[in-house]
Amino acid sequence: MTELDHVVVLAGGLSPERDVSLRSGRRVRDALEEAGVDARIADADATLIPSLLADPPTAVFPAIHGSYGEDGAIREILALVGVPYVGSVASACRGAFDKPTAKALVAAVGIATPESVTLPREIFHDLGATAVIDRIIARLGLPLFVKPARGGSSLGASPVRTAAELPTAIVSCFAYGDTALIERLIDGTEIAVSVVDLGDGPHALPAVEIVPTAGQYDYTARYTAGQTAFYTPARLPDAALDTAAKAAASAHSALGLRDISRTDLIVSEFGEVYFLEVNVSPGMTETSTLPMALDAAGHAFGTACLTLLRLAAARGS
Amino acid sequence: MSEGARHANSRPQGSRIDPYFDQYAERARGMVASEIRALFAVTARPEIVSLAGGSPYVTALPLDVVGNMVGQLITDRGSVALQYCTAQGDTGLREKICEVMSLEGIRAHPDDVVVTVGSQQALDLITRIFVDPGDVVLAEAPSYVGALGSFAAYQADVVHVAMDDNGLIPEALEQAIQRLTAAGRRIKFLYTVPNYQNPAGVTLAAERRPRILEICQAAGLLIIEDNPYGLLGFDGDPIRALRADDPEGVVYLGTFSKTFAPGVRVGWAAAPPAIRDKLVLAAESAVLCHSSFSQLVVREYLATQPWREQVKDFREIYRQRRDALLDALSAQMPDGCRWTTPAGGFYVWLRLPEGINSKAMLPRAVSSRVAYVPGTGFYADGDGTDHLRLSYCFPPPDRIREGVRRLASVIEAEIDLCATFGAMPPHGRTGPDTPGPGDL
Repeated sequence: MTELDHVVVLAGGLSPERDVSLRSGRRVRDALEEAGVDARIADADATLIPSLLADPPTAVFPAIHGSYGEDGAIREILALVGVPYVGSVASACRGAFDKPTAKALVAAVGIATPESVTLPREIFHDLGATAVIDRIIARLGLPLFVKPARGGSSLGASPVRTAAELPTAIVSCFAYGDTALIERLIDGTEIAVSVVDLGDGPHALPAVEIVPTAGQYDYTARYTAGQTAFYTPARLPDAALDTAAKAAASAHSALGLRDISRTDLIVSEFGEVYFLEVNVSPGMTETSTLPMALDAAGHAFGTACLTLLRLAAARGS
Repeated sequence: MSEGARHANSRPQGSRIDPYFDQYAERARGMVASEIRALFAVTARPEIVSLAGGSPYVTALPLDVVGNMVGQLITDRGSVALQYCTAQGDTGLREKICEVMSLEGIRAHPDDVVVTVGSQQALDLITRIFVDPGDVVLAEAPSYVGALGSFAAYQADVVHVAMDDNGLIPEALEQAIQRLTAAGRRIKFLYTVPNYQNPAGVTLAAERRPRILEICQAAGLLIIEDNPYGLLGFDGDPIRALRADDPEGVVYLGTFSKTFAPGVRVGWAAAPPAIRDKLVLAAESAVLCHSSFSQLVVREYLATQPWREQVKDFREIYRQRRDALLDALSAQMPDGCRWTTPAGGFYVWLRLPEGINSKAMLPRAVSSRVAYVPGTGFYADGDGTDHLRLSYCFPPPDRIREGVRRLASVIEAEIDLCATFGAMPPHGRTGPDTPGPGDL
């Protein structure tokens, strides 16, 4: 396998997930250094392209979340510069990052996903918020879940149990984007299934069950150690775990993803598995589920990162 | 089942990442990850015009001169500068501090002074020695976020007292004391930032000062006078301190963070003797002693450098930036916005048009490459959603103007959103609503 001279971990960016990304990047960098690799962190700023050109790394590990990191933009840049990188190509990222598009693509291969509507901010202004909201509730019923069509870390996302909560949830969603995805809320077990390809094809890792100690799995619950309990593998029947693993692998394939992804799913009380969204640059922090899943599957985190970088380097730019 | 899933341990292992989560004290309950704090992680990037942080413009210091001074200090007195000292602080520095306070009419002896790690530690120590859980602390509405943090850490019940453009309203203070006393509550002290207040930018009017002292004296209520910006007034001489007229009833907190450099972390408390004795013991238990090195750097700076001239330079820089901010606000803010006109210090307090929530608006502002601090950070009771704090101390005037241009567009869009959906209640969980000290 290709030896790594030195590698770059991309972290930071300008999205609200910058802080999370920096934590992810530091953890990847530390794990690589522990594995004996010369790794440095680089931000997505005006110094990036000159530094990549002046001292081309053997490969790049993108750990930028949110826009730039997951919408394909930074991957286009890496391709333009001509450096190999871990993860999906830009076109696949664009489809995956846009949640309504991803839902449509995975639904087309037979994976269930909650019924939803996607509406831009302007439509509420032009047609009248009350009329639009009334139709949403008439069509989808309650409860609902509202989130930005693009973005992560639960920023701007909230459940809606009563009709009165919906306008507030939509406005909160518009704090992080101009398009809202409003879908039926499925009560059930929340799980994250990561898919990695360590050279022998994409495999689903054990499902991680997510149980916030209080309320919703929001930003605070995600990034405050102790506020969420994680069970790996999820405490679900084998049939549901099997369906979830297949759904994540199928989503990875249907969206044309490469190397690494994390699919968020809900398993209803009847064992039905619903696709919620997929992440092409999953969190790598201490409270992120992908490293937990790697560990549960017997993969050392640093070794897995190293393998992904070697495969990317061998693949070339 | 996939191969990876089959490899997994068949017995689920629950983990909460932090095994000590249930062991934390009640006072740590609010110490959680916050969306708002995450947004401030972006604001240090140069693409963002940050009108959020309160970092002094230390670039204006003669850094080469200070560097030489520090080097010489170590060469000449390194064995003292690098050694322990007393918890009350270096005597020579305390003498200099008395000279600084004399500019505001305070007559103090070095024995009255306790050196602290910035005035923030003085706040912590004061609260530690006075406040039991549930005790009432009176504070202006709005109030300095760092003070609210200290009060929360000791589980004080903060009761806000109304202000207007002339600072704390005496009648509101009197009514609050009467109401709380009648309810059997224990009020421990009044915390006030009388000059160029953070965040409101307003100054307690001269005619109100005797009345505030009189009300507190009548109620037997100690005043904590926090005066970080006192020497940074843009017009005239420094304002006479409250402590100058009631040294037994007022603990004065000062700092060199704004007149010299926050990085040295040197502040102080000037207190009546009995309180001073307890502060010294509390400081000793907290940090054993403060940095001898930092104290001697400040002492040397005050003794050998033209620091009064440097403060004049700071004042002029901040006055120009204040003017740039006020001019830009007048030219660009939409109808319905109102703001204060500070005569010194670092901050303008802006009221948004009705129905607009400054905390909810912040992500949109950061997306538009401008940052401010939502008003909620300056209240202990969740109030302040309709206000935001703008800081003019760090960005140069052209960046301030650009920041206001961006902010005006964000507010315009927010007005449109509000018209579409109506006024929205605050959303999301609590958590720190303000930037950390390093977030510009």
